[in-house]
Amino acid sequence: MTGKNIRPATVLVHQGRDRDPATGAANIPVYLSSTYHHFEGRAGEYDYARSGNPNRDQVEEAIALLEGGVQGFAYASGMAAIGGALCLLKSGDHLIAPDDLYGGTYRYLTLVLPQQGIETTFVDMTDPQQVEDAVRPETRALFLETPSNPLFKITDLRAMVDIARRRGLLTLLDNTFMTPLLQPTLPLGIDVVIHSATKFLGGHSDLLAGLVTTADEELAKRLKRQHNAMGAALPPFDCFLLARGLKTLKVRLEAAQNGALLLCERLMDHPAVARVYFPQLADHPGRAIHFSQAAGPGAVLSFELKDQKQVQPLLETVKLPIIAPSLGGVETILTHCWSMSHAAIPASVKNSLGIRESLLRISVGIEDPGDLWDDLVQGLERFKR
Amino acid sequence: MSTSGYWKTASRLTQIGVGKDEATGAISYPIYPSATYRHPAVGESTGFDYTRSGNPTRQVLEDSLAELEGGARACVFSSGMAALTTLFLHFRAGDHLIVSQDLYGGTYRILTEIFDKLGLRASYVDTTDTAAVIAVIKPESRALLVETPGNPLLGIADLVALGEACREHKLLFVVDNTFLTPVLQRPFDFGADVVVHSATKYLGGHNDLCAGVLVARDEALGERLYFLQNSTGGILSPQDCWLLMRSLKTLPLRLERHCANALKVAQWLCLHPRVSSVYYPGLHDHPGHALSQRQANGFGGMLSFRVDSETTACRVLKRLKLISFAESLGGVESLMTLPAVQTHGDIPEPERLRLGICERLLRFSVGIEDVDDIIADLDQALE
Repeated sequence: MTGKNIRPATVLVHQGRDRDPATGAANIPVYLSSTYHHFEGRAGEYDYARSGNPNRDQVEEAIALLEGGVQGFAYASGMAAIGGALCLLKSGDHLIAPDDLYGGTYRYLTLVLPQQGIETTFVDMTDPQQVEDAVRPETRALFLETPSNPLFKITDLRAMVDIARRRGLLTLLDNTFMTPLLQPTLPLGIDVVIHSATKFLGGHSDLLAGLVTTADEELAKRLKRQHNAMGAALPPFDCFLLARGLKTLKVRLEAAQNGALLLCERLMDHPAVARVYFPQLADHPGRAIHFSQAAGPGAVLSFELKDQKQVQPLLETVKLPIIAPSLGGVETILTHCWSMSHAAIPASVKNSLGIRESLLRISVGIEDPGDLWDDLVQGLERFKR
Repeated sequence: MSTSGYWKTASRLTQIGVGKDEATGAISYPIYPSATYRHPAVGESTGFDYTRSGNPTRQVLEDSLAELEGGARACVFSSGMAALTTLFLHFRAGDHLIVSQDLYGGTYRILTEIFDKLGLRASYVDTTDTAAVIAVIKPESRALLVETPGNPLLGIADLVALGEACREHKLLFVVDNTFLTPVLQRPFDFGADVVVHSATKYLGGHNDLCAGVLVARDEALGERLYFLQNSTGGILSPQDCWLLMRSLKTLPLRLERHCANALKVAQWLCLHPRVSSVYYPGLHDHPGHALSQRQANGFGGMLSFRVDSETTACRVLKRLKLISFAESLGGVESLMTLPAVQTHGDIPEPERLRLGICERLLRFSVGIEDVDDIIADLDQALE
């Protein structure tokens, strides 16, 4: 089931390999074996599970096919994938990243990498000039996220690729929010695409995983060696679960995005809501750029309440959403960014970025959107009464 | 469970997870695959927020491993190399490490290919010679990483002497305890600060999972390792945590048989005309035999032997029937490896040959099959 002309929905269902050659089983069996016998004293396709495993091959081929990469790499978590990809840098190198990036990545760039002699400058990436100005002789890479989390600021990927090419920089993009279905970025010239597959790609909130892919053979070779050497590979059972999750990605994402569009409209009209953040909005400053590089707004949005005191009653009242960090599951997940997803970012930084205590992020699941709205409204009205 | 502090190791291992599931009383602790956890209210948590940061199944496993080694805190990872990667991220650019020269090739590879460009330097020394270790200490040295017994030549390092040297020179003392496990060797008793395991090996024991462990002796270092585990995310998945817990229950039984079988096989190999040398600490003429008796409760299930020619080595690997020719070690199934090509293939040839890892050297992870069958298979393969 391979070939360049196969459409994404088909790739998702069949992936690179979808049946067991030995038995014809419709799914590849879960190969837990840590090691492989060398028949006749010769190594076969597999020798040691950290270096390669049939279930991992399945998801690694799937992400490469979906993104248009030459090879994929599966990691034990999204952060392990980010750490693995950032190992393309070395001590003394400099990195530029958005000032409103995911809290876990921010922690990694500010508290782990500086010890290894890798420094990061954080800029507002919606402004390409700021990126240009931050480039130093030792700058090696741009780390990108678009839309940003949780304020949905849009970075112009073509402009970033242009800067990177002119200045000889690598571009690494965290494409978790959009998935390759909505935002295929390797064709735009992005060098390395990273996913927290814990989110939409896995889609059931029942596994942690990270995926990386690239269209560049040379980068793929380096990533492959690092992946094997560093050892944070995704275990076989989770590869199986992820492959299973991928099969329904398109139908899940379409349903969730429809739900998000409906909630966005209704939240905008609700008197308790001060502001909605979502690329679909007509007055969103990044709307045109977003839709020039992505096929939809996605299924996550944020909204700010007029009164911060209303946050707690809302969270106490709603019944459907899971109140938790994370996103991209079939279940709707409501996150208080200040205390959950962005807890690792200092309060002063959050304030300066506009991540207020009254901000909530909603990852819309595939429940009936009408039920979701009824549930949210109850929470929003409760405070008034 | 307050009496568990007095239990012997075998009882503790058998009882892992028992009584921990208060909701149902399940004897086998459940697998929690959930990535995230519902919060009761803003600022409140059940103790679990997000599985990278903490997972109930992983918690039971990590607590058990910390208790088993006698450390303050354990962190589990998706492979032994992921555990070492995380440990190495503890250091800074400019720091220097001293490492056993008789060590797993993957550790050598990650130090030379990844951490060297991140500014972490390493010296490889014969850690069976304490004076040689002290001789390479520099002002920027931060840690000593010792594998004992060594891999693949089974040299024995003096843990007491190295522990003292580390204290005197303020080095972090890290012991890779993969070959012996806490059942046979407890590095914290000799002053180790961190114990490392590839739990893919004896701890897992069934060749069906990849996992790594770091155990810190004290709470502060444990907290630091947890910070790195959570930040870098190379965690062990809940299913594999559960499999590892299940494996630990039979660890003492398995090791007993591994040790007994390995000794018999080593003695048999010594008498074989095609075998020129046998490396097993349980043999009386092994240079580390007495030292091993002082610091460990057994000699383990790993041995290496040198045959008369490279042709013999190839023929043996091709003719083995019961024993699999495969990388890895520590499983119930017997596995044989050609270290020069497989496990230590990433060490440059001149260095490898200097260490004695030539293509006549075979490493044997003796399984728990009937020892007569193992010997019969070796006999027909060596004929």
